[in-house]
Amino acid sequence: MSEEFDPKVIAFCCNWCSYAGADGAGVARLQMPTNFRIIRTMCSARVDPEHILSALAKGADGVIVLGCHPADCHYIGGNYRARRRMALLRFVLEEYGFDPKRLRLEWVSASEGDKFQTTMSEFIDDIKGLGPNPLKEVA
Amino acid sequence: MTKSALVIGGGIAGIQASLDLADRDIHVYLVEKEPTIGGRMSRLDKTFPTNDCSACILSPKMADCFGHPNIDVLSYSEVKNVDGQPGDFKVKVVKKARYVDEEKCTGCGDCLQKCPQKNIPDQFEYGLTTRRAIYIPHAQAVPRVALIDPEHCKKFLEDKCGVCKKVCTRGAVDYEMKDEEMALDVGSIICATGYQTWDASISTEYGYGRFANVVSAMEFERMMCASGPDHGHLRMPSSGEDPKKIAFIQCCGSRSEKEGWKKYCSSVCCMYATKQAMITKEHADVDEDIFFMDIRSYGKEFEDYIHRAEGEYGINLHRNARVASVEEDPETKKLTLRYADSEGSPQATEYDLVVLSVGMNPQSDAEDFAKTLGIELNEHGYCKTDIFNPLETSREGVFVTGALAAPKDIPTSVAEACGSSAKAGSFIVDENFKPCEPKEYPPERDVSEEEPRVGVWVCECGINIGATVNVPTVAEYAAELPGVVHSSNSMYACAQDCLEDITATIKEKELNRVVVASCTPRTHEPLFRNACREGGLNQYLFNMANIRDQCSWIHMHEPEKATTKAKDLVRMAIAKSLLLEPLQGSKLPVTNSAAVIGCGVTGMTAALDLAAQGFEVHIIEKTDSMGGNAKNFYHKEDGKDVSEHLAEMIAKVESNPLIKVHLGTEVMDMPGYVGNFTVKTSAGDLEVGSVILAVGASPYKPTEYGYGKDEKVATALEVEKMVHDGSFNAKDVAFIQCVGSRNDEVKYCSRVCCTTALRNAIAIKEADPSANVSVFHKDIRTYGYREELYRRASELGVMFLRFPEGKMPEYDGSSVKAYDTILNMDVSVPVDCLVLSAGISPDQEEKEELAKMLKIPISKDGFYFEAHQKLRPVDFATEGVFVAGLAHWPKHIDECVAQASGAASRALTVISKEEIISEGIIASVNDDLCDGCGVCEGCCPYSAIEIVDVGDGKLRSQVNDALCKGCGSCVAACPSAAMEQKGFKNVQIQAEIDAALEE
Repeated sequence: MSEEFDPKVIAFCCNWCSYAGADGAGVARLQMPTNFRIIRTMCSARVDPEHILSALAKGADGVIVLGCHPADCHYIGGNYRARRRMALLRFVLEEYGFDPKRLRLEWVSASEGDKFQTTMSEFIDDIKGLGPNPLKEVA
Repeated sequence: MTKSALVIGGGIAGIQASLDLADRDIHVYLVEKEPTIGGRMSRLDKTFPTNDCSACILSPKMADCFGHPNIDVLSYSEVKNVDGQPGDFKVKVVKKARYVDEEKCTGCGDCLQKCPQKNIPDQFEYGLTTRRAIYIPHAQAVPRVALIDPEHCKKFLEDKCGVCKKVCTRGAVDYEMKDEEMALDVGSIICATGYQTWDASISTEYGYGRFANVVSAMEFERMMCASGPDHGHLRMPSSGEDPKKIAFIQCCGSRSEKEGWKKYCSSVCCMYATKQAMITKEHADVDEDIFFMDIRSYGKEFEDYIHRAEGEYGINLHRNARVASVEEDPETKKLTLRYADSEGSPQATEYDLVVLSVGMNPQSDAEDFAKTLGIELNEHGYCKTDIFNPLETSREGVFVTGALAAPKDIPTSVAEACGSSAKAGSFIVDENFKPCEPKEYPPERDVSEEEPRVGVWVCECGINIGATVNVPTVAEYAAELPGVVHSSNSMYACAQDCLEDITATIKEKELNRVVVASCTPRTHEPLFRNACREGGLNQYLFNMANIRDQCSWIHMHEPEKATTKAKDLVRMAIAKSLLLEPLQGSKLPVTNSAAVIGCGVTGMTAALDLAAQGFEVHIIEKTDSMGGNAKNFYHKEDGKDVSEHLAEMIAKVESNPLIKVHLGTEVMDMPGYVGNFTVKTSAGDLEVGSVILAVGASPYKPTEYGYGKDEKVATALEVEKMVHDGSFNAKDVAFIQCVGSRNDEVKYCSRVCCTTALRNAIAIKEADPSANVSVFHKDIRTYGYREELYRRASELGVMFLRFPEGKMPEYDGSSVKAYDTILNMDVSVPVDCLVLSAGISPDQEEKEELAKMLKIPISKDGFYFEAHQKLRPVDFATEGVFVAGLAHWPKHIDECVAQASGAASRALTVISKEEIISEGIIASVNDDLCDGCGVCEGCCPYSAIEIVDVGDGKLRSQVNDALCKGCGSCVAACPSAAMEQKGFKNVQIQAEIDAALEE
C-alpha cells in the first residue's frame, strides 16, 4: 500500500433526495475530499448489483449508494428494495474476496447537505483505512 | 376578442408574472423601461440564504421569458397612458429609439470596440466603470443587443463619426430611428416596477461620495461579482489594494426620522449584508464587522444563516450598535468608525473599506407612474394595498407585485408575482378566450444513422466554477475526447448568448449530442434541453456534468484536484451521451380541478382564486370549522376587525358554487401524479389535477414560566382577546419575546411575535396610559412598515429591555428579572401580567404524513421544503403539488394571502391544460429477451407493469407509459436484462462507471 493512497469512490445518488442533498452541500459550501464521482440515477432501486460489481472489478476502491430516507422514497419503496439488494450483495462481495465495507448504503434527504458531507468524508476515510482495491494489488 | 395581459417592469417579479400567465397560454406584453430585463436581481452577485449565484438562477428565467412564444418583451419602453376599464384597457406604450435594429443586431460587440466616445459612466455598474456611447447594457443582457446613448454620441452631438454604422456588418445601426408609439389592448395589468436603493450621498456623517473607500452595498455587490468591473477581485477604490478589514453599517437610509431617511425598515439589509460578509470571507482573508441595531433574520432559515456567519465564518456582529460617524485619514485613506459598543462605551476602530447597507426606496418616478396608471400610493410612496388584498391596487383590474408595494425579498416577490398573475388572468380568461397556439420547434433531425458528434460547453459560472476549476483546461481536455467535435468555455452557459450559441452550433457543426458542464440538472436541464430543441435536436440527446454544486463549491481549497475531478465528470457525461437515444414523452389527460388541504385564510384565498378562473375546488379541512388560526385574532387590520374580514371571506367561499368544503375530513392518501391525483379522504375519493398544501401551523404552547398554572401568565394571543373584550386590567405588564423560538430546540425566529407583542403593548398603553409595559427581547423584528409599531410603542412609553442570547429572563411569580445588555446590569420589573410571545410550531407529524403521501421533503425546522428557496417558493420537485401560508413558514396574514394566490397561480398552470406531456424517462421491454417471469410486475410500485399472453402460450411483460414513473426498480430486478430504463439504460450507466474509473 502506497503512503499516499488516494482512493476513487463511485457514489450512486438518487435524483430526488441524495443528489439534491449533494447539491445542497455545494450550496452551503460544505468542504469535503474530492475522491468520489457521482452517478445520478432516478432511484436507488435503479442501481443494479451488477453495476457495483463491475465498478469494483474495474478498480473502484469503494462504492456508496445514497437514497431517500426510509418511507421518504419518491417512488414509494424503491429505497427498501435497494436496501435488500445491498444486504445480499455484501455476502456476494465477501465471496469474491472484497471487504463488504467497501460497499455502503446511506440515506440523505434533499435538505441534508451536512449529512452528505459527513457521510462522504467518513466513507472515504474508511476506504483509506481499508487500502486500495485488492484487485489493483494483484494487477 | 381575446385580450392580452400587460406586465410593467421586467425584474424578477415581472418576469415570473409573465411566465405564469404565458404558461397558461395567455399572451403577455412585458414592458421594461431599461434596455434589458432582469432588474435589480441581475446586478446582485449572490442571494441569501442559499448563496446561490444570482445570475445563475435568474438567467434561465430571463432566457425563458425572452424565448417564450406567448411573451412579447418590449424593452426600453414606457407606458404613457392607460384608458378603458378592467377586461378592456387601452394602453399607450412608447418604445424608445435604440438607434440599433433589435432584429438585426447579433450582440457581437464590434461596434463597441470601435466607438471613440469612451469614459461614459456605466449605469449598470453604478458608475464603477465606463462604457462607450454605443453599448450593450451588460454581458447577460436580454435582449443582448446594442443601443446608442445620443447624449454622448458624436453623431448626434456634432453629426460626426458614424463609425459604428460602418463597422456593423449586419447594417443594424440606424441613426434615423424614431421613438415608436404602440397601442395595446389588454384585459388586465400587473405593475412590477420595483424599487431603487437609497441615495447614500444624503448621509454626510458616513462620508459617502467624499471618502473613496466608503461604498454603497449595491456598488459592493458589483465589486464582488465575477461579471463586475474587477471580475470579482475585491479592491479598495483608493489604492486598488486588497482590503484587510471591512465594516458594514446597517440601516443606512432606514429606520430613522432624519431628513431624507425612511422611517420604515427595508426588510432585506440585515440578510444581504451578512451574505456580502460571508461571500467576501470565502474569497479573501479579511476581518469583517457588521454594525446592527436589531438583527432581522426572520425568514426561512435566516436565523441559521446568521449563526453560520458568526460561528463558522467568524464575522463579528455588533448588536445594538449605531455608528455615529466615519472619518478618513487623508494620507492613508483609512476610515475610522466611531460607535458605542454593546456595553455603551465609545469606540473608534480603523477599517480599509466601509460598506453602507442602503435601504429600499420607491422609484424616483413612482408618483408619475401612479398617475399614469391611475393607482394610489401609500404614505411611504409605495403602491397602496391592504392586508387582505395585498396584490390589488386601488384601480380594478390593475395588480401589483414585488417591491413596488413595500420593501421585500426575492422569494416574497416571486410568490406575489405568481399570485398577481392568477388575479390578472381572471380578467382575461372568459368564454371568448382563445389560448395561444403552442410553440413550434424546428422538426427534429433524425440522428439514428449518424456517428456521435458531441458539442461540449464548460461554464465558468462567473467565478463560482472558474475560481476553483481551471475551466479552459477542462474545455481543451474535452475537445480531445472521442466523439467530441466542438468544445468551448463560457462565462455563463445559461445566459441567452450561450444558449443561442448552442442552438447555432448544433446546426452549424451538425451536432447530435450536447453536453454542458456547469451546475445541476435539477435546475438547469430544462433550459439546455430547450436550446437543443431549438437546434432541431431531440431534448434527450442532452447531458449535464455537475461541476459546480458537486465539485467547485465543495472543493474550494483544492483547485488541482477539483480540476481533475471536473475532467472526470465531463468525461463521464460525454461517455454516457454517446449512447443516448432520442425519446418522446406521451400525452396524459389532466383533471381540471384542484384540492386545497386546509381551510384557513391561506386555503380559502387559494380556493377563491382557482374558482374565479372557473375551476372546481375541494377544500379539505380536518377540523369542524373554517377560518384556521385567524379565528383567534382580535385586532384590526386596515381599520376593520380581522374577524370581519374573515367572515366576509368565509361567506364568499360558502356561496361559491365551484368550491366544495369538506369539514371534519381527513386525508388518507394521495396517489397519482401531476394532472391526475386521487385524494382519498375519510369522506370518499376526489379526483383532482393539482394539490395545494395550506395546512398551516400552530401557536407554540409554552411550558415555560408556569404557563397554565400561574394565572398571571398568558400568551400574546390570549392577551389580545382580553384587550379586545375589555377584560384586561393589569397595570404592570411584561412581554417576554422568543418563547419557543430562537432557542436550542426551536432554532428559527417565528417572525410574527414581535409585531403581535407591540400591537398589544400599544393597545394596552392606549387604553390605560398609566400602565407600565415592558418588552424583554433579543431583537425587535418589526420589519417593513411594521417599524411604525416600534416607534409608536416607544412614544407611548413602552420600555424595551434587551437580554442576551442564551439568557432568557427569569420570573418568580411577582417580577421578571433579566440581564439588560444596554444598561449592562440585572433589571427587575414587577408584573401582574406576564405575556409570553409564544412562537409558531410546525405540527411536524401531521406535515410528515402528508409529505409521505406526496413524496415531498420537510425542512430541518419541520416546515415543507420548497423546490427552490429563492425562485420556486411555492413549488415542489414533485410536479402538481404546491404550498402556501404557515405550512411553508411563519408569516403575517398579508404574506399568507399573497403566497396563497401564488400557489393558486402555479396550480392553474397545470389544471388549465387539457393534457400534459409526460417525461420520456420510463421503462421499456425488449421482447426478444423477456420470458415473462413476472419479477418486474411484482416490484413495480405503480402497477404499471402487466404480464400478458402474446399467443403460443408465451408471456411478455408490458409497460403502461402513463403509469410508469421511471424509477427503474424493475430494470435492476430483471434477471434476463430485458427491462430497460430509457435515459438510464444499463449500457449508459456502465459507460459512466467505466469513464469514471479510467486513469
